[in-house]
Amino acid sequence: MSEGTNTSSAQAATQAAGRPTFEVVWSSLAPFIGLALVVLIFVVYQWLVTPERPFLSQYRMTLIAKQTAIVGMGALGMTVIIISGGIDLSAGSLLAVTSVVLAVSLRAGIDPVVCVLLVLAVGMASGLINGLLITGLRLVPFIVTLGTMMAFRGVAEIVSDNKKVSYQDAPNWLSTLLNAPPEGSYQGVATGVWIVLALALLLAIMLRYTVFGRYVFAIGSSEATARLCGVNVPGMKLTVYTLGGLFMAVAGIFAFANLGSQGSPTEGVGLELSIIAAVVIGGGSLSGGRGSVLGSLLGALMMTTLESGCGYAGVSTAIQRVIVGLIIVGAVAVDQFVHAQRR
Amino acid sequence: MAHTNDSPLLVMSGISKSFGATQALSNVDLELRAGEVHALIGENGAGKSTLMKILAGVHRADRGAMSVAGRKFAPDRPVAALRAGVAMIHQELNLAPDLTVEANVLLGQERIALGGFLQRRAHRDIASNALAPLGGGEIPLDVPVAQLSIARQQVVEIARALASEARVIVFDEPTSSLTEEDTAHLFQVIDQLRDRGLSIVYISHFLEEVAQVADTYTVLRDGCVVDHGRLPDTDLDHIVRQMVGRELDELFPKVPHEAGEPLLELDALCGDPMPEDVNLTVHRGEIFGLAGLVGAGRSELLRCIFGLDRTPSGTAHVSGRGRVAGGARSSIARGLGLVSEDRKSEGLAVELSIADNLTLSALGSYTRGGLLSLSARDQSVRQWLDRINIKAQRPAQAIGELSGGNQQKVAIARLLHQQADILLFDEPTRGIDIGTKAEIYRLIGQLAADGRAIVMVSSYLPELLNVCDRIGVMCRGRLREVRAAKAWTPEDIMHVATGREVAA
Repeated sequence: MSEGTNTSSAQAATQAAGRPTFEVVWSSLAPFIGLALVVLIFVVYQWLVTPERPFLSQYRMTLIAKQTAIVGMGALGMTVIIISGGIDLSAGSLLAVTSVVLAVSLRAGIDPVVCVLLVLAVGMASGLINGLLITGLRLVPFIVTLGTMMAFRGVAEIVSDNKKVSYQDAPNWLSTLLNAPPEGSYQGVATGVWIVLALALLLAIMLRYTVFGRYVFAIGSSEATARLCGVNVPGMKLTVYTLGGLFMAVAGIFAFANLGSQGSPTEGVGLELSIIAAVVIGGGSLSGGRGSVLGSLLGALMMTTLESGCGYAGVSTAIQRVIVGLIIVGAVAVDQFVHAQRR
Repeated sequence: MAHTNDSPLLVMSGISKSFGATQALSNVDLELRAGEVHALIGENGAGKSTLMKILAGVHRADRGAMSVAGRKFAPDRPVAALRAGVAMIHQELNLAPDLTVEANVLLGQERIALGGFLQRRAHRDIASNALAPLGGGEIPLDVPVAQLSIARQQVVEIARALASEARVIVFDEPTSSLTEEDTAHLFQVIDQLRDRGLSIVYISHFLEEVAQVADTYTVLRDGCVVDHGRLPDTDLDHIVRQMVGRELDELFPKVPHEAGEPLLELDALCGDPMPEDVNLTVHRGEIFGLAGLVGAGRSELLRCIFGLDRTPSGTAHVSGRGRVAGGARSSIARGLGLVSEDRKSEGLAVELSIADNLTLSALGSYTRGGLLSLSARDQSVRQWLDRINIKAQRPAQAIGELSGGNQQKVAIARLLHQQADILLFDEPTRGIDIGTKAEIYRLIGQLAADGRAIVMVSSYLPELLNVCDRIGVMCRGRLREVRAAKAWTPEDIMHVATGREVAA
């Protein structure tokens, strides 16, 4: 029909008429490729150096899955927040708050089911506070959650009296959430991992097939357009951050189980950065409008696999950190390059 | 052709609006019937966009009333206007670039099933039905709009207006970034909309375009309606006179100047990705104009000459001072100066004072032993304010407090203060009122008379044709043709700018 103002956009348009564009294919495949590369490196290492010790043993894989659960759970909420064009730096502190609230309330003799519900409510309320500060005071999410990151950490210390809080009589379903299989597992996979997968599926469906999901993408892509089209932008943001808080509360419950039925006010320092890294490696854009649940989970999985593999190959944690850092920058650079080529 | 109806669909009556002390609109009336395309004509600052912002619910009028289809219409925000059937298509498109075509067409009007699920089949039908009459039948629904050409993105936005059952659609400078072919297509679309009984308000600088597409017109000047009527009965010169409200000589004051020896020479200058292979010589005492569509590479050419953007090949050579090596510092040292088109974010540091802005590029001359001599600087700044007639209270005043015209004069004064010989002006009169424009034209003429070389980019053809000595037209990154300004007509320029060869 028409000629674009520049040839590349015209080409993209022509190409778009037929099959899915390279860009679409790329953004769904890239996290898989990244993960496969990481696995490949260690498989080659095994082949060359330690043929007697398989890297991809069933045990290691279930271990990796379980270790991914906490970051993965956090990444679910963060994915929605980042797609909407926001960020949540308070995620790690919120994990500490919810883990100690769980421990303290259990010690107070409250019924465990009620305790879990209480923790979920605390998580949602904390997320709602973030959302209210962002929409009410019209502050950027970075500043608001930088503030609540410190405030929540303080709250965790107050609630726990700045000590680890242990409760050894927690019921089995709670304390073994993230135990190594076979204990507390189904089909050889820890219950917590199943919870992550179930919630991930639910969230992916919400993002793709509901009005909620569409508005999250719309706000992140162009807030002004969304407002013009009558999207309730403040209401959406409140929902998004509240949802983020809810997911972090579940992560906090996982942390409690993972620490051996303990809540710790020092848990999760810097965790928010791993979570954000997982989302970004999975194709999320910090300027909003792009990201996927599957990608974020693969991003989290890739980082855990790398950690596990480095342990397997005897690489020091120091070097491991350097590698993770390079991968984050590299993944985003490659992604940006591909998008730039297509625009 | 159109289903005509005697009572008007849109009525705006007695609309007045002031911002602080400025009366932006006084007592403006506008009426539109169904199936009518109405052109809103006026200079920048005449009040067109304020009037349309009131219609779209961005601003509220101080006085006056509006109605749509007989119902009282007083939108308090854009979405209220949209719901009442008034849609705007801005020059800057209002789309969510990462969302698909279908999602953008339905944004805010999703059909929802139980549980908040989207009715995807219904959505696809609505989106295709909205796109089809706009000639957008072959636009894929599942592709993010960022991957479409600008022309197609515009079609998507019009489709959104149709899907929301808009009765009135306002087009604000819709063709400024379209090719001639796309423009022709847009006019077909507008004809379609007219035949469906919609009312269209069409805003454009290009009067030829207006004459082609509109049935009726209103001319605004200084916030008042100065003329209205039917277009086929009116000649364009009459409209221009109404629009400008003064004679051309007054608007474009002439300062006699003469071209001297060559000063700036471009040899096969290339940027990344634009411009391509530009050869050009500009002389002392010459005003050289660059015409072309938005995105043709004019600003990029200025930035490459000045060394702000990378130049993979080719050279810019300043007579007597050598090759421009890249980087603003070395360009300034060679006597080049650039006034950016983006006054707010690049041209000026809006938070800083007049004195800071005026002297930023040549602060070195006021340092004494590493310290700035502020009193010497203030003195010199006062002289400059006086010399080019900048209306300001004191050198320490924040530049943001000045009018656009005075801000621009400070930006120009900075180049003179840094003793630039070659002045690169990018849209030097954008967003400036007519009186100050005339002053800036006189200043430019004076600078040429002083023996400086001037290269100016402008999208406003009358300005180029009346101010410049020679004009080059760019299209898709290339400098297509250079002629003396007198040898160009606006039609010729548009032909070359849109990539058509001119019939000899």
